[in-house]
Amino acid sequence: FQQLVHQMTELCWEKCMDKPGPKLDSRAETCFVNCVERFIDTSQFILNRLEQTQKSKSAFSESLSD
Amino acid sequence: VSLSMESSFGSDFGSGGGGGGKLDPGLIMEQVKVQIAVANAQELLQRMTDKCFRKCIGKPGGALDNSEQVRTGGRSGHPGPSSSGRPLRLCVPQKCIAMCMDRYMDSWNTVSRAYNSRLQRERANM
Repeated sequence: FQQLVHQMTELCWEKCMDKPGPKLDSRAETCFVNCVERFIDTSQFILNRLEQTQKSKSAFSESLSD
Repeated sequence: VSLSMESSFGSDFGSGGGGGGKLDPGLIMEQVKVQIAVANAQELLQRMTDKCFRKCIGKPGGALDNSEQVRTGGRSGHPGPSSSGRPLRLCVPQKCIAMCMDRYMDSWNTVSRAYNSRLQRERANM
């Protein structure tokens, strides 16, 4: 759990934090929350797709050229 | 979690379990928890340092330009007595780094909460 939080914080920081100010404003906070959601969605999508392409090996090269 | 600090704890611990083999599993759990907490803190520190270095320090140089002056004490431009007892004489933009650290902690907490909620939602959907 912790490891993933570290990784996500690092990634989302790059995307959501421009200049560290005196407080975490609501826009940045929303950005972080969205970032987490998108990260998890991305992971799930990748896992899913990998699973699918492995099931149909013949379609693999097709999906690569997407 | 790789327990790379096993050896340092082992020396404290090993002597206790030498004779009859009466190892207290509760004690072991405590040691493990401490190790994990320390590793976690180290991880946080490392990433925070990296990020705040990138944000606050432009071209590392010997001479400080105006934007990277050493400032002791206070934040948000309030001149006044230093909050900590002794001002640190380091050639870094202290205000920027201090703010950056706080913001990183805030971000970490926000991410942790968001991740937790997502996990709970996922479990509820199963």
